[in-house]
Amino acid sequence: MLSSLLSLSFVAAVLAATAPVALAALGGALCGRAGVFNIALEGQMLWAAFTAVGVSHWTASPWWGVLAAVVTTALLSGILAVGSVRWHADPIIVAVGLNLLALGLTGFLLRSVFDASGTFAPPGLVGLPDLSQLSDVPVLGRLLAGQSVLVPLALLLPVAAAWWLARTAVGLRLRGVGDHPAAATTLGVPVSRYQQLTVLVAGALCGLAGAQLALGNVTAFTENMTAGRGWVAVAAVMLAVNRPVGVLLACLLFGAAEAWGFRLQGIGLPQQLTDAAPYLVTLVVLVLARARRARRSPLPAGGTP
Amino acid sequence: MSGLVARLRLTAPGAVVPVGAVLVALLVGAGVMLAAGVDPVRGYDAMVRGAIGVSSIDFSVASFTAILAMAMAFAVPARMGEYNLGGDGQLCVGGIAAAVVALHLPLPAPLLLPVCLLAAALAGAALAALSVPLATRAHVPVIISTLLLSTPAVALTSYLVRFPLAQQGSGVPQTPRLPDAAHLPSLPGTQYTNLGLLLVVLVLLVVVVLDGRTSLGYELRAVGANRSFARYGGISVPGLTLGALTTAGGIAGLAGAVVVTTQPFRFIDGALTAPGYTFAGVAAALLAGGRPALLPLTAALFTVLQVGSTGMERDIDLPRQLGQVLQAVVILVLALRTVAVAAAARRARRRVPERS
Repeated sequence: MLSSLLSLSFVAAVLAATAPVALAALGGALCGRAGVFNIALEGQMLWAAFTAVGVSHWTASPWWGVLAAVVTTALLSGILAVGSVRWHADPIIVAVGLNLLALGLTGFLLRSVFDASGTFAPPGLVGLPDLSQLSDVPVLGRLLAGQSVLVPLALLLPVAAAWWLARTAVGLRLRGVGDHPAAATTLGVPVSRYQQLTVLVAGALCGLAGAQLALGNVTAFTENMTAGRGWVAVAAVMLAVNRPVGVLLACLLFGAAEAWGFRLQGIGLPQQLTDAAPYLVTLVVLVLARARRARRSPLPAGGTP
Repeated sequence: MSGLVARLRLTAPGAVVPVGAVLVALLVGAGVMLAAGVDPVRGYDAMVRGAIGVSSIDFSVASFTAILAMAMAFAVPARMGEYNLGGDGQLCVGGIAAAVVALHLPLPAPLLLPVCLLAAALAGAALAALSVPLATRAHVPVIISTLLLSTPAVALTSYLVRFPLAQQGSGVPQTPRLPDAAHLPSLPGTQYTNLGLLLVVLVLLVVVVLDGRTSLGYELRAVGANRSFARYGGISVPGLTLGALTTAGGIAGLAGAVVVTTQPFRFIDGALTAPGYTFAGVAAALLAGGRPALLPLTAALFTVLQVGSTGMERDIDLPRQLGQVLQAVVILVLALRTVAVAAAARRARRRVPERS
């Protein structure tokens, strides 16, 4: 059991399971840094997965699918950007509406445009190409050869984002916008524009997340295929208190639980039980981390994260 | 009656936005139908007939019962600013608890149904109660913990109904048919219009009275309006959170039991989650603006959308998910009504220099 846990193929499975959640969670973390509570990650990812598969099917090119997912999901997140930032609508209710809209719309279009119900995986659908040219590289090749290029991107982007937040002027302003909007305004930083742009960037990241989920991890769209991953991403954002690298680590934990669940299915455990594991693991770790932090610095109960 | 009319007139200005949201949703729906090449009049006609036609009204009553209950399950904690999005899990554990009691507890016939319903309410309440220490001690928002607990809870019931509780030799993942003593008695000549509706309406009356006529309801709303001020005023927020969430989970669990003890008297995997009761309830609660007395009206509206969409799919082949899209549009329009406030504020700001 231990050797199977540590084998390279298991690590590769962990990375694959982590990538979509990490991309979406990075978007959530940036929003958190800018002071916007974004819990519409689930719906945005689902919309992106649908668009990626649909456009890849029409154009026979996964890259057009990825591009369409990024662009249309950013457009979709415009509802949250304009609604919650410029019009001061309740971000939670806008997000609940957006998540439901994505669920309904993808189901509706799946039936009316592709005449499919449940799952859409047409024979000609092309997934993202894998990095098989790396297969000669020692360790790295074994880890990434079967993955799409979005997997290493998902692992590198949080690190880049952390550097960007810490070391660049724009990153500093973004943190200022979230930490102290009034002070940022005094310094001439356009708070509302920063926040709206961040929500759109998070939308684009969710676009990548959905594309990886539907064209990388599998090559198909299934109704409600995100199945709570967007909420795990939200939990990861809370767990790491909006720090991108911490968010990546939290997502790796989820990925490990999911990959381990697949392994357990392989030895005969029912899928329904192993499916539940990643959510429980995420929640338990979130509780442990938050409780520890709460002992150190008491927060008001139910206060905004 | 005249009192009711006076009340309606009093609340009329507040009703403009919700009615507007529904109209916008119906217009969006008409646009979608046109885009799909369906005459909107025909589409909405099929929707209404699918929901309240002679052949469908009986089934719609069952859906209305579930949606009204799920609307309360969202509305009660929402009063204090906590969002319960774990309705699916609470519904399923309630349903499975009722099925387990009915199938495996050797109780005398008159006791079986009440114990089923009670077990279901307790199971739902217990699941919802898990979120309380998470919120009050670990500061995990209820909206996150209810949702993250819902997925494993649904998966657990799915496992139970596929393996330990499965009906042997059936291709469908379902329990055996529950014994007759565990069936909710229905009105003569109907299959779905049963005691469940009466139960849920009774619960609604209790909620309306508690919310509007007791200090408990006042405290709930005080916490929702200003948490720190309420705590300063001596209200126990953790205690209230526990009360609100167990009530919500209990009502959701009861709804699960009502569905399972109605035709076809089984727990069928997916039968509680696939119809989308939870989010129809969320939409109904948001449309009612948290006022419990308005829930029957908004729940009825979303029942028409939900059940009607299935009828529409059957009659004119327009996917039933249109109902979900319309619910989402209602929620979004309600949330985005602040645009009017923001625009008014901008106009006011522009007017200031003119005066000076």
